[in-house]
Amino acid sequence: MTLHGDGQHDQALRAPRFGQDGRYVGAAVPRVEDPRLVTGRGRFLDDIAVPGLLHAQFVRATVAHARLLEVDLAAVRALPGVVAAFTAADLCLADITPLLDRPLEEFVPTSMPILAGAPDPAGGLGKVRFVGEPIAVVVAEDPYVVEDALELARVRYEALPAITTAEGAMADGATLVHDDAPGNVLVDVTMFATEGIDQVLADAHTVVEVRTSTGRQNALPLETRGVIAEWDERAGQLVLDTCTQVPHQVRTVTAACLGLAEQQVRVRVPDMGGGFGIKCVVGREEIAVAAAAQRLRRPVKWIEDRKDALTASFLAREQHYVARAAFDDAGHVLALDADIVCDMGAYSCYPFTAAIEPLMAAAEMPSVYKVPAYRVRGRSVTSNKAPTAPYRGVSRPQYVMVMERLMERAARELNLDPVEVRRRNVITTFPYTGVNHITYDPGSYLESLDLAEQTVRELGWYDVQAAARAEGRYVGIGYSCFSERTGYGSGAFARRRMQVVPGFDISEIRMDLSGTVTVTTGTQSHGQGHETTMAQIVADKLSIDIADVRIVQGDTDRILYGWGSFASRSAVVGGSAVGAAAGKLDVKLRELAAHLLGTRPEALELRDGAVRPVRPGQDDVPAEGLTFAELADVAYLKSHLLSKETEPGLSATASFDVAGDGTFSNATHACVVELDPGTGGTSILQYVCVEDVGVAINPPIVDGQVRGGIAQGIAGALFEQVSYDANGEPSCASFLDYKVPTAWETPDVLIKHLETPCLFTETGAKGAGEGGTIGAPAAVLNAVNDALRPTGVELENTPIRPEVVHRSLQPARGTKESAA
Amino acid sequence: MKPAPFGYRRARSVADAVALLAELGSDAKVLAGGQSLMPMMAFRLARPSHLIDITRLPGLSGMWVDGAGLHIGALTTHHEVETCTDPAVLAGWPAVTAAMSRIGHLPIRTLGTVGGSIAHGDALAEWCLLATLLDAVVIAEGSGGRREIPAGEFFLGFFTTALEHDELVVEVRFPLPAPHAALTEYAERHGDYAIVSAAVSLEMSDGLVRGGRVALGGVADTPVRVPEAEQVLRAAPTGPDQLGPVLIAAAEVAAAAVDPADDQNGSAHYRRALVRTLVERAGVRALAAGPGTPAAKQPAMTRSGP
Repeated sequence: MTLHGDGQHDQALRAPRFGQDGRYVGAAVPRVEDPRLVTGRGRFLDDIAVPGLLHAQFVRATVAHARLLEVDLAAVRALPGVVAAFTAADLCLADITPLLDRPLEEFVPTSMPILAGAPDPAGGLGKVRFVGEPIAVVVAEDPYVVEDALELARVRYEALPAITTAEGAMADGATLVHDDAPGNVLVDVTMFATEGIDQVLADAHTVVEVRTSTGRQNALPLETRGVIAEWDERAGQLVLDTCTQVPHQVRTVTAACLGLAEQQVRVRVPDMGGGFGIKCVVGREEIAVAAAAQRLRRPVKWIEDRKDALTASFLAREQHYVARAAFDDAGHVLALDADIVCDMGAYSCYPFTAAIEPLMAAAEMPSVYKVPAYRVRGRSVTSNKAPTAPYRGVSRPQYVMVMERLMERAARELNLDPVEVRRRNVITTFPYTGVNHITYDPGSYLESLDLAEQTVRELGWYDVQAAARAEGRYVGIGYSCFSERTGYGSGAFARRRMQVVPGFDISEIRMDLSGTVTVTTGTQSHGQGHETTMAQIVADKLSIDIADVRIVQGDTDRILYGWGSFASRSAVVGGSAVGAAAGKLDVKLRELAAHLLGTRPEALELRDGAVRPVRPGQDDVPAEGLTFAELADVAYLKSHLLSKETEPGLSATASFDVAGDGTFSNATHACVVELDPGTGGTSILQYVCVEDVGVAINPPIVDGQVRGGIAQGIAGALFEQVSYDANGEPSCASFLDYKVPTAWETPDVLIKHLETPCLFTETGAKGAGEGGTIGAPAAVLNAVNDALRPTGVELENTPIRPEVVHRSLQPARGTKESAA
Repeated sequence: MKPAPFGYRRARSVADAVALLAELGSDAKVLAGGQSLMPMMAFRLARPSHLIDITRLPGLSGMWVDGAGLHIGALTTHHEVETCTDPAVLAGWPAVTAAMSRIGHLPIRTLGTVGGSIAHGDALAEWCLLATLLDAVVIAEGSGGRREIPAGEFFLGFFTTALEHDELVVEVRFPLPAPHAALTEYAERHGDYAIVSAAVSLEMSDGLVRGGRVALGGVADTPVRVPEAEQVLRAAPTGPDQLGPVLIAAAEVAAAAVDPADDQNGSAHYRRALVRTLVERAGVRALAAGPGTPAAKQPAMTRSGP
C-alpha cells in the first residue's frame, strides 16, 4: 500500500509519473471525450437526425392496479398527424421473463409484458400494475401531435386495491400483484445460517438492534431513456440507437420479443448522459418502439420525458432492515442476524431479476468486518409502484448504513469510541474468507479508517464540535467504513444462480497500415471516460502514443460480445481484456519483426511505436528496429514476405474473466454536519473520503467518480424520495417534488488516496464506479446522530427529513424516532 | 411534457396587449418570462387558448426611485433587480434586492419577470411576499384604463388575483422606503419554493424600533400580514440591543396566529415552528439591514431603467 497524499495535490503527485516514465496508466491524462463534449459536438441520442423521423410516446396507466377492460385508440388514430397507434394485441410481442436457477420457494418467475393489455385466454386484457405502465405506443409526425393524441386514448379500468408498501404487500389477504406470486413475495432466500447463532445471540454481552428503512430513489441520469429504431432494408436489420449500458443484452431481448434472429438486430449506443444502473436493464418502451418501426418501415424515435423518467422508469433502493448484532464486552462483533425486505415494485428486471437487491445485500452485508456468525433472510416483494433496477451501489448503501449503525449502537451501549469499535472489527489480514464464503483480496480497511479519523482530527473538527456543544449547537461527526466488490466475474454471478451469467469481457485489437490501433471493448461508457482509460492501458502495453489508439464500443455489429458496464466492472474486466488483447498483438508484432530481422522475438521489445532490440547494438539488430507502420506494410501489403505459419494482417482477440470472488475496493468516509434547531436543516461542514481503488488508471476520473457518487449518496441520505399516495399515485412528477440536490447542497469533498493494487487485473486497478454512493448515506446519518447525541435521539431512516430532525431537537421530545 | 395546441400573438404595445386580451377572452394568457407558465403548459396543467407575448414591449423594464417610491417595470427580470446598483434602491429597499437570490436559479432569474411573478400570484413567491409586506401597489392597464391596486387587495386566493382578464400588470411600486427589512425562508434546497417564508420590516426612528410589519408565506393560500405580531413590535419603543426578546415574542405570536395546513412538504406543526424561527431571524436581519450595511455601501452606478 502506498500513500499518495491528499486530494488537492494528488494530480500533481501522479502526473509526473507519466512525464518521467512515459506511462499513461496512473497519469492525469486529459479525457479523449472532453473536447467534443464540452464544445457541444457530442452526439447524444436526441442529436441524431434521421430523414422522415416519426415520434412515439405511450398511453400509460393512470391507476396503480386494475384489470384492463378496454383500450380504445379509435380517436387517437383519427387525429391528423398520427401515423399509427399499437396496443399489445396489435404488436403480439413476447414478454420479458427474467429467470434465476433457483427453486420456486426461493424465486418466483414473473413476466413483464412489453405493453400491458394483451388478450388472455379467458378473454380479458390482463392488468396494469403501476401508474405509468405503458399500454399503447402512439406514433405521429411530430412530438407535439403525439402528446395531443395520447389524451384521446380511452382506457377503461376495473380498479383493484393498490399495494403501495412492503408491509401492505405481505399482509394477510393482500391483493396479489402477480397471481403467480403468493403473498406478493418474489424472492425469499435464507443464507449462511451459522450453526449455533441463536445461542451466540442469547449469550452475548450486548446485542444491539437496528431497524432501518431507506427511501425509494430514482438514479436520475440527466439524459433520460430513449431510442431511435429503424428497419434497414439493405442490411435486413432492425437498427436501434439507444442509450443503454448493455447493448448486447438489449439486442438479445429485442430479438426474442420480436421473434428475430440476433443478426437481424443491431444495437448502437451514442454518447450517453449517464445511466447509474437504470440503463443496465432492458426496458420495454425501447422494444415497443422497435416493433413499431419494424411494422411501419419508418424510423421512430422515443425520448422519455422527465415526468415519465421520474414516475414510470426504473426506480431503486426502497429497503427495510431489521438487524441484530451480538458483541462481546470489548466491542468485538460475534454474530449478525438480519432480515431484509426490498420493495421491488411491479416487475422483475432483465437480466438481474427482482433478486438483485436482496441477494446483493445478503451476500455482502458483513462488509469490512470480521463477523464470525451470520444469518440473513432476504426477500423481494412486489407492489404497485414503478419497477426497480440496480442503481449505483445496489443495496450496499443500505446494508453499509445498517452495519455502520450497528457499530455506532454497540459503541454507545459499551461506552466505547465508535471509531475504536470499528478498528477492533475490521478485517486486517488478507486474503480473508468471510462467514459469507467470500474471499476478500487485500485492501486498506484499517488504514483508510485511521487516515480518515486523523484527517478530521487534524482539520480541527473535534475541537469545533466540543466548542459548539458548549454553546448548545449541534455539530456531529460520522464515519462509514466499507468495501465494495468490483469486477464480478462469471463465477461470482453464477453463485447467485443467475440464468444469464455476466462476467467476462472480450476485446479485439487491430493494427492498421498507419501503425495505429483500433480496440473494441464490450463495456459501455455512459459518461465515465472509457475512451480515455482503455486507451491509456493499450498505449502503455504497446508503447505508442495515446492518440494512436481508438476505442470502439457500443455497437453489436462491431463488438464480438459484451456485458456492458455495471457493477464497477469496466476497468477491472474490460480494462484487463483490452490489455490482454494488446499483449497478444505485442507478441505478434515481435514475432513478425523477428522474422524480418532474423532474430528471436525475446530479443525484441515494443518501444516508442516500433519493435526494437532489447539490447541495442547486440544481436545484429539495428537499434531503430522496425516501426509499426513498416510491420503493418508487410502484414497487409507484402504478405509474400511473411513466414508460412503467419496469417496476413495484424489483429488479436483476448478475453478476461475474474477468477475467484472479484476484487474489493474500499474506503472510509467522514462527514461533519451541523443541525439547525430552528428549521431542522442539516448542513454538511466537511466531507472527507479516503479511498482505495488499487491503481487509479486516471486519477481525475476516479476523483470524479468519488465526487459524483458522494453527491448521489448524500441525495439518498438527505433529499430524494419517490413517494406515492395511498392509491399508488406517484407524487414526484417533477424536480419540484423529487428533490435532487444541486451544487448548492453538495459539499466539496476532500479526497485522499490509498493504493493497494489488485493482484490479478492488467493494471492493478479495482473498480471505482460506485464507492462514493455506498459510503455517503451511513456517514451522513451517523454524523446527524452524533450531532443529536445531547438529545438522546437516534434516527435510523433515510432520507432524513428536516421536520424529523427539528422534532428531535425540541426539548423534552428526546424520544426514539417515531416517524420518518 | 409538450403543451397542448395554443395560438400565439405578439403584442406591439401595452394598448395592443390589452386589446388582444379583450379580444381573445379569459382563456388567453400573457407570456412574459414564462418561468411558471411554460412548465404548467408542458404538464398541460395550463391550457391557454392563446399566448400574448409581451416580452418585447418597450418601456416596461427597469427600476427607478422618485417621490412616489420605488417603481419596478413589469418586465424587469429578477436578475436585473438582484444586480441593481442604484444606491437609492439599495438604501431604501435592501430587502427587495437581497431577496432575489432566493428566486429559483440563475437561468430562472434571468428570464422570469417581476410583473409575471406578481400576476401569477403564487403564495410562496418572494415578490408576492415583498409586495404584501411593503404595501406595494400593483399598476395594471386594461380596457377600463389604468388602475392602482394595493397589494392587500390584490392577492385573493390560491393563484388568484384581483386582475381582470383584460388587464396587464405594467408596474409594481413600493411607495415607502423600508431600509430595515429582510426576507427569510426555509426550503430543503436552494431555489426551491419555501416551505415557509417570513419577511419583517422594522420602523425605526431616533435609534429606536417603534413598530414594524410581519408577512408570511406558506401558511395560507396567499401571503399574509400578521397584525398580531406587528402589535407586539409596536407595543413599546425598543433599542436595538433590547430587540431580541421582542422579536421572539412577535415570532411566538405570529406562530400562534397562523393556521397552516399539512402537506407533503411539512405538517402544520412544523410550519408553525418555522414561522417562529423565521420571523425572529427576519427581524434580526431587518435590524442589520439598511444604511451603513455592506449592501448599501456598494458604489453608485448608472441608474437602471427609464
